[in-house]
Amino acid sequence: MDQQSLLFQAMVYLAAAVVMVPLAKKLGLGSVLGYLLAGVVIGPAVTGFIGNEGQDIMHFAEFGVVMMLFIIGLELEPKRLWKLRKSIAGLGTLQVLATGLAIAGLAMAFGLPWKQALALGMIMSLSSTAIVLQTLNEKGLMNTAAGQSSFSVLLFQDIAVIPMLALFPLLVNLPDTTATESGHTQATLVDHLSGWGKTLVVLVTVGMIILSGRFLVRPLFRVIAATKLREIFTATALLLVIGIAVLMMQVGLSPALGAFLAGVVLADSEYRHELESDIEPFKGLLLGLFFIAVGASIDFQLIVQEPGFIVGAVLVLMAIKGIVLIVLGKTFGLKRDQNLQFAVSLCQIGEFAFVLLSFSLQQHILPASVTDRLVAVVAISMALTPLMMLMNEQLVLPFVGARIRQHDNQREADAIEERNPVIVAGFGHFGNTVGRFLRANGVKATYLDNDSDRVELLRKMGFKIHYGDASRYDLLQAAGAEHAKVIVIAIDSPEKRLEMIETVKKHFSHLHMFVRARNRYDAYDLMNAGMLHVYRETIDTSLRLGQDVLSFLGYRAYKVHRAAQTFLKYDEQVLKELASIRDGDEYIIASRSHMEELDRLLQADQQKQFTELESGWGEESLIAEANKPSP
Amino acid sequence: MAHILVLFAHPAFEKSRIHARLINHIKHVQGVTFHDLYEAYPDFDINVKREQYLLTLHDIIIWQHPFYWYNAPALVKQWLDLVLEHGWAYGAKGRALAGKKVFNAISTGGTQAAYSKTGRNRFTITELLAPFDQTAHLCHMTYMPPFVVQGTHKLQTADIELHGLQYAQLLTALAHDRISFDEWKNVTYLNELVPIPQPIQS
Repeated sequence: MDQQSLLFQAMVYLAAAVVMVPLAKKLGLGSVLGYLLAGVVIGPAVTGFIGNEGQDIMHFAEFGVVMMLFIIGLELEPKRLWKLRKSIAGLGTLQVLATGLAIAGLAMAFGLPWKQALALGMIMSLSSTAIVLQTLNEKGLMNTAAGQSSFSVLLFQDIAVIPMLALFPLLVNLPDTTATESGHTQATLVDHLSGWGKTLVVLVTVGMIILSGRFLVRPLFRVIAATKLREIFTATALLLVIGIAVLMMQVGLSPALGAFLAGVVLADSEYRHELESDIEPFKGLLLGLFFIAVGASIDFQLIVQEPGFIVGAVLVLMAIKGIVLIVLGKTFGLKRDQNLQFAVSLCQIGEFAFVLLSFSLQQHILPASVTDRLVAVVAISMALTPLMMLMNEQLVLPFVGARIRQHDNQREADAIEERNPVIVAGFGHFGNTVGRFLRANGVKATYLDNDSDRVELLRKMGFKIHYGDASRYDLLQAAGAEHAKVIVIAIDSPEKRLEMIETVKKHFSHLHMFVRARNRYDAYDLMNAGMLHVYRETIDTSLRLGQDVLSFLGYRAYKVHRAAQTFLKYDEQVLKELASIRDGDEYIIASRSHMEELDRLLQADQQKQFTELESGWGEESLIAEANKPSP
Repeated sequence: MAHILVLFAHPAFEKSRIHARLINHIKHVQGVTFHDLYEAYPDFDINVKREQYLLTLHDIIIWQHPFYWYNAPALVKQWLDLVLEHGWAYGAKGRALAGKKVFNAISTGGTQAAYSKTGRNRFTITELLAPFDQTAHLCHMTYMPPFVVQGTHKLQTADIELHGLQYAQLLTALAHDRISFDEWKNVTYLNELVPIPQPIQS
């Protein structure tokens, strides 16, 4: 592909995404559906900007899934992963086995030979990591029981692909009529090794990833970070992920699994957030590209030719997967609404099916007549997933939720009865001091937090606490925002705070917001968002430190105390004045505006006279008057 | 029409029985500005300029407070120290308050009899308020007799309400210039100008 056509392609993809994704978001459909629609629009079915290369792009863009698992790994500490071991091994194994066997049985009933049926069952048992995790993340459901179970199953499926690929050569049953080479899969370094040798290599590789994550990568990042070259840090992060992927493929393991492992190892490193924010945009774009490619690869011609078969196959396959998931969810103790969420999330057929289908075509396991149709079926089922999750959320769950509440014990009712005047969002270092202070003074408050360990502890201590993303409307609703008076926004992330302010303004405009601010600049943003009660994290503490220094130097304590009061009031005043100035120049490069800001501050300080003592306690004027010669 | 500024000081207003009711009655009287000092300056960091500006806007100033240890709560003293500046309120050029009237509106646990030469407090309320009287004098203000609610520990709710009505009537009369110098110069307490039914002694 020459450069011009490459750029043209890039333009088409980006334009489609830029138009469709915000549109889909606006309509409440979520980004995944937006990308899929964008793919359909630029695909052969509508405008035809892209033709059959959609499949190739999909394989390339699958690397987004690897990056996504790396990021998920980063957010998952080993301790939490260990907690999930039961559901990964139990729920995951049972899902793959039961679904695979059910679909294989059905295929045999339709007259497919058993080898083909078995291959089909295995391929169809997989779900789409990309779509499910992206959608769950976007909806903030990753930490619910349904989200955790879905994640466990997906993780197991990722592992299960390896033995599947190993099993496939045993299922060859078609005569080798085509001339294509059968050894299409890349030759790996371990091909010539015996079974024991392979296992050993795999173990050594995994061990290497863990050890180098612990002892090699951190010093490396320290050195890279010291160069202060942002792009080199990004390059290193990319190199890390790509390197692991290559290494894993060389030893015949899933690159996604390797990246996930590396992520988990680095989860408690100090570079976690930087790695996350560096990889995040690449992951997002690649996943977007992947979804577009899926959308573009839906073969509408085939659907038009055989609508009955394609639609029927989609419905039957998704129904089988859904039923298996519901039964398993129930066995593993998911509540009814969570179970529905879990089943709806995972009942599509995943992107790995594309890989396995083309693999089995080349390996003469399945005939082209089957794989062609199934590619369409898989793509449609993936496209349906975000839609079904949306419908489930909007139409089914409210109904089920209401019924559960009616059937459930008294506690749920109590929770609704109790209407606290204050909601505190965020129970970290900042929020917990606010919360403890309120509680010490008998003020009842409802708390929101997104750290599940903390939530558990607080619940045990008798706090009324909700788990989740506090900027979400439904969580605020559940916390009783309609009847509260005050909301304390003490969450850590400035972006989330602004998001939350928007939600409160839009839906709960009666609430008075008391907002934590990280620093001056953050405070400006909040004031420009219309906030009246803004509290900078550091101002009181640094002033107290300043007071102690003055005291230590021998200043009288009360004088120091009053000086700090004066300074604080003056600083708040200056903050207000500068906030209005700053409103205009939002686009100045951050570092430059910070310098200008400091300059303004120091100038304002020089103009103010801090020495004006309370004259009521001074006697200079009295002495002067007493010594004046009387007229 | 006279403008009245009530400078109210109560460090534990949430526990108040007397002043809470008095204030309920006077808050909405026409011409009265109610200024809650402990609410405005919990850190004792008085905004001197603002206080002086408030004073210039009014003709009659009332220091309203419980009578703790024969005096006002600490914030009132801080207020006096800082707001009444030399060269502004007193001194050769200090005439900002000249001609304004001022008095204390206080509550005491002891009865009027207890505040007498033979009572356990040995001094009368008027004697004990001498520092305020002299402060007003130095600032060229006219110091009026106090409004006093006494024997508060034994007062029934109904009696406190009556004092509230009495206080509101007094302020209404003052705001509309219905009380002349001749009327108040001879009373011990301003209460006498607005008689209310006394509790029946049993």
